[in-house]
Amino acid sequence: MTVVFSLSDVTLGYDRHPAVHHLTGSFLAGSLTAVVGPNGSGKSTLLKGLIGLLSPLDGRLERNGLHRRDIAYLPQQAEIDRSFPISVMETVLLGHWRKIGLFRPVTRTLRRQAEEALVAVGLDGFGRRPIASLSAGQFQRVLFARMLLQDCPVVLLDEPFTAIDAKTTADLLAVVTRWHGERRTVIAVLHDLDQVRENFPDTLLISREPIAWGSTAEVLRAEHLFQARQMAEAWDDRAEICRRSVV
Amino acid sequence: MDPYAALIQPFVEFEFMRRALVACLALSLGCGPVGVLLVLRRMSLVGDALSHAVLPGAAIGFIIAGLSLVVMSFGGFIAGLAVAVLSGLVARVTPQREDASFAAFYLISLALGVLIVSTRGSNVDLMHVLFGTILAVDDASLQLVVSIATLTLVILAVIGRGLIIECFDPGFLRAVGGPGAALHFAFLMLVVMNLVAGFHALGTLMAVGLMMLPAAAARFWAGQVATLAATSSAIAFAAGYAGLLLSYHASLPSGPAIILIAGGIYIVSVAAGPRGSLRTRFLPRRHLEA
Repeated sequence: MTVVFSLSDVTLGYDRHPAVHHLTGSFLAGSLTAVVGPNGSGKSTLLKGLIGLLSPLDGRLERNGLHRRDIAYLPQQAEIDRSFPISVMETVLLGHWRKIGLFRPVTRTLRRQAEEALVAVGLDGFGRRPIASLSAGQFQRVLFARMLLQDCPVVLLDEPFTAIDAKTTADLLAVVTRWHGERRTVIAVLHDLDQVRENFPDTLLISREPIAWGSTAEVLRAEHLFQARQMAEAWDDRAEICRRSVV
Repeated sequence: MDPYAALIQPFVEFEFMRRALVACLALSLGCGPVGVLLVLRRMSLVGDALSHAVLPGAAIGFIIAGLSLVVMSFGGFIAGLAVAVLSGLVARVTPQREDASFAAFYLISLALGVLIVSTRGSNVDLMHVLFGTILAVDDASLQLVVSIATLTLVILAVIGRGLIIECFDPGFLRAVGGPGAALHFAFLMLVVMNLVAGFHALGTLMAVGLMMLPAAAARFWAGQVATLAATSSAIAFAAGYAGLLLSYHASLPSGPAIILIAGGIYIVSVAAGPRGSLRTRFLPRRHLEA
């Protein structure tokens, strides 16, 4: 099995304070992994580290030749200006970034693919609507359509279904399952453990430190979850230098 | 007074009125879209800050070369760009937000400008820098203003998509590895360039008016980036035309007359425009079927 991300003793954080401490392991190509843990346990930080928006404070994180463009990333709180005067179609077309970049034209084929992506997420005929007129769930569908067009071998999702209605969640989970069927690597931060058990073969449980990583049934055991809750400690202003760091 | 004498004759009769009108047209074409992008980026006040930042550069240029528009423009451009780059750098390298760093650097620049101006005493020519001289636009400055407008439209045509993405979804651009910082600085350069063009005609104090007021007004008329930019340019030119006539007939200074007309159009737009204005809020029409 090819490894997509390999981490050896990776520590990620802000301003020298670790948010993810000493994580070792690897994400295999084609795997579908849920990242779970309490609030503040470093799940989002881990995704930012994987895509390269954040450099490790310590340890080694290898992407095995993956470029930034090869990773589709849905942040938890997208910095998207939802009042911006742009249409659904134009937003989805951004997914063709690898083909159009800043300067190349949008061809008829690319436009047709965008329409198909809208159909796939249940937004047939929404192309001309301004994004400001969409509900939160519809807008999340638009972002998934954009990721469909990005056509990336790796997809990172940060809490994609938080504050989203059940119908939309089910439809978008079907998209995630479809990606898994296409042998793409999908890593998703999630909170709903039942959802994880039903749809995600692998799970990484972290609470600032890795608790367990492996098959979902094995990882989501009661003692692991209890341990995770114990370890979600707070930011310490007077924290000492970590002695586990290899100098 | 018959309409011909009121609306057209001044431009037929006087060359300085024709030049002023052409300068207004060029300014409108450049400032319209740039202003719209500033408003969409929620950087309206950054335009204001940059227009003040231009002052010391223009003043130093004046001290070095007298009332040479090229040297003053160059000085203003450098000073504005310095403030834009320094505040942009602070915002990108430290956790401080761009509005705070802009305020800091433009105040430094403005104080420097006032210091330079005051050591030169009450120089009448320097008043032209502050309040503009659209009725005395010569060939050189007209060429400069028109060149800046042309360059602005060409640059916008080339990097427009990037600017819109960087404004609408900066996180996406970063995630796909797009040149977000380069686009941001290119845009700030466009703003400074157009403010420099504006200060020839309207002075450093008023230059930002023709950029922001039409853009702010356009929001109540149009709903897409392209139509917003076109509306904004049209409003700016209408304000320029009407302002020139007002200043001609009523013997008022032209810069404030133009900006006040633009301000009037803004207020009418807020009150009665078709999109989100006070009229649509307080006199709602019956709701639709779907």
